[in-house]
Amino acid sequence: MIKYLLKKEFKQILRNPFLPKMIFMFPFMVLMVFPWAASYEIKNLNLSVIDNDHSSFSRELTQKVVSSNYFRLTNVSDDYNQALKSIEKNEADIILEIPAHFEKDLMNRQGAKIMVSANAVNGMKGGIGMTYLVSIVNDFNAGIVRQLMPVVQAGNSVPTIQIDSQYRFNPHLNYRVFMVPALMVMILTLLCGFLPAVSIVFEKELGTMEQINVSPIPKTTFILAKLIPFWLVGFIVITIGFLIAWAVYGLVPAGYFSTIYLFAAIYILTVSGLGLVISNYASTLQQAMFIVFFFMLVFIMLSGLYTPIDSMPNWAKWIAAFNPLKHFMDVMRAVYLKGSNPLQLSKELFALIGFAAFFNTWAVLSYQKRN
Amino acid sequence: MNNQNNNPDIAVHCESVSKNYKDVEALRNINFDVERGEIFGIIGPDGAGKTTLFRILTTLILANEGTALVDGFNVVGDYRDIRKRVGYMPGRFSLYQDLTVEENLNFFATVFNTTIEENYDLVKDIYQQIEPFKNRRAGKLSGGMKQKLALSCALIHKPSVLFLDEPTTGVDPVSRKEFWGMLKNLKAQGITILVSTPYMDEASLCDRIALIQNGEFLTIDTPKNIVSQYKNKLWAVESDEMHKLLLDLRANETTKSCFAFGDKIHISMDNGDLIVDSLQKLLLEKGHTNIFIREIEPTIEDCFMQLSQR
Repeated sequence: MIKYLLKKEFKQILRNPFLPKMIFMFPFMVLMVFPWAASYEIKNLNLSVIDNDHSSFSRELTQKVVSSNYFRLTNVSDDYNQALKSIEKNEADIILEIPAHFEKDLMNRQGAKIMVSANAVNGMKGGIGMTYLVSIVNDFNAGIVRQLMPVVQAGNSVPTIQIDSQYRFNPHLNYRVFMVPALMVMILTLLCGFLPAVSIVFEKELGTMEQINVSPIPKTTFILAKLIPFWLVGFIVITIGFLIAWAVYGLVPAGYFSTIYLFAAIYILTVSGLGLVISNYASTLQQAMFIVFFFMLVFIMLSGLYTPIDSMPNWAKWIAAFNPLKHFMDVMRAVYLKGSNPLQLSKELFALIGFAAFFNTWAVLSYQKRN
Repeated sequence: MNNQNNNPDIAVHCESVSKNYKDVEALRNINFDVERGEIFGIIGPDGAGKTTLFRILTTLILANEGTALVDGFNVVGDYRDIRKRVGYMPGRFSLYQDLTVEENLNFFATVFNTTIEENYDLVKDIYQQIEPFKNRRAGKLSGGMKQKLALSCALIHKPSVLFLDEPTTGVDPVSRKEFWGMLKNLKAQGITILVSTPYMDEASLCDRIALIQNGEFLTIDTPKNIVSQYKNKLWAVESDEMHKLLLDLRANETTKSCFAFGDKIHISMDNGDLIVDSLQKLLLEKGHTNIFIREIEPTIEDCFMQLSQR
């Protein structure tokens, strides 16, 4: 019986003018575009400089900032108000004001003050820009100290702690190494959560569901026939994801592919189970889409895809703990970057098995052939 | 349960079946029996409760009260048995649009654990008409062909009882006539058919009918008996200004009932008799022209109107 139901499902998927294309195009689109666009590295900040000193020191500082490659000098103003205008017009993101007598004060060893103000409408951009700029100024400062007080430098009177940073698993802090595995999870969630839900609700809307309901098909058989095709679709999609990660970003998991496939198998069951639950409660495509969107938003926001879970408030951490997306994302990153094995990931493994069992049981129970 | 439940001549048995949707009463105390091998029509306007009744009998929903048996099986306890032996064609055409004609038929055959070949005889007459298009997708068929395919799919497992929910709604008059011809043939093969329709003119094609309104059966009988029980004489009236005519006739105090039926107005009088001349005179006084009045035989629709007024 299930063989014929499966045959029918595959025929329908393949004959759909849109679905097979989407299954192939979607991973391409997401993996080719997002890692480049969704990056934390901030470059090309527009800088406005107010140089009230016009000395060789002030020019040197400006030069140093601009040559860092993080900033682009787009505006030179005579006073602060003028510079502020350029921020209002969105011509500048950050202002560096060098006071008069900057060089003179430094030479007199009085110390000098400079002002940095950033546009914090986009808090992240403002904060990161500020940090960059401050670190450049500090660097400049150190240079001045060396230049003006060679005695102190040469002497050994000031003990300092020198920090040598080392970034494990992602030595260059390459944002894409971190994002690509997580994005694969997102693709899998969208395709394997959405499609089974849509496919069942579509049958409801069309009325064929009613025909199935008056037939002797057991409900578990019907649900299984809906799940299995998308299980396979999930495997195809994640394999495409592997290929793109390797071909475009040169990313190969530090661990085994088999580990990922194992987790993916459980994960796809989880999300498609959720999709089925949604489809059992929604009676129209519109309702189903809306509910799926709602869950996807919550899942993605609280998954650690963009912002780390650890910095979230406690209640959000609790929601994240019940978010299958988060667990699988952790697994993907761990396997890709650290090379973890299933034993080390046993917590996530059990969590995902639990979710899969929970959603699929719910799906079977809530699929009523009668009411 | 009483002993008539196991009567092998009864295909469908309903006993005080009621169904509420929250506070809306969809069905109230429905009692009827359908004999094996008859075409039983359930006739009533939209929203009367026809589909609800069908959904209860095909085990899709549960009644709030009452017992229903289909082919001797209880719709609540033995729903698995019923699902094996009934055919249901819902009002909305529902086949897989992206499967071909043949694939649809094949699919529904396998769903019921059978094959096309096994019951080909039964659907042959109907299926042959669409067989030339068997490789066409169901979504690309014309309305009449879709209907034939849907009927074939509902029949492919040789059901003992066939439920057809408004099968002719939205179908052209020629196809409708053809469809009723097909039902006659199925009846000849011993299949019990329950058919619902809002078209009163199809009532006479059934062996027996139940008139339903607001969730209640008004009467159950053969179409002939229902018509013969019409109590009053009936006249058809026509004039140039039909709307004014209707208002004028209704304003007349001796009018018992008066309804627009197509291009005529059907009227019956309180005193049972109508003096054509006096009515004609009255209407002339009101300024009507081209007045025609003649006595007519009542139709099922007239009976329905009369019964539903009580």
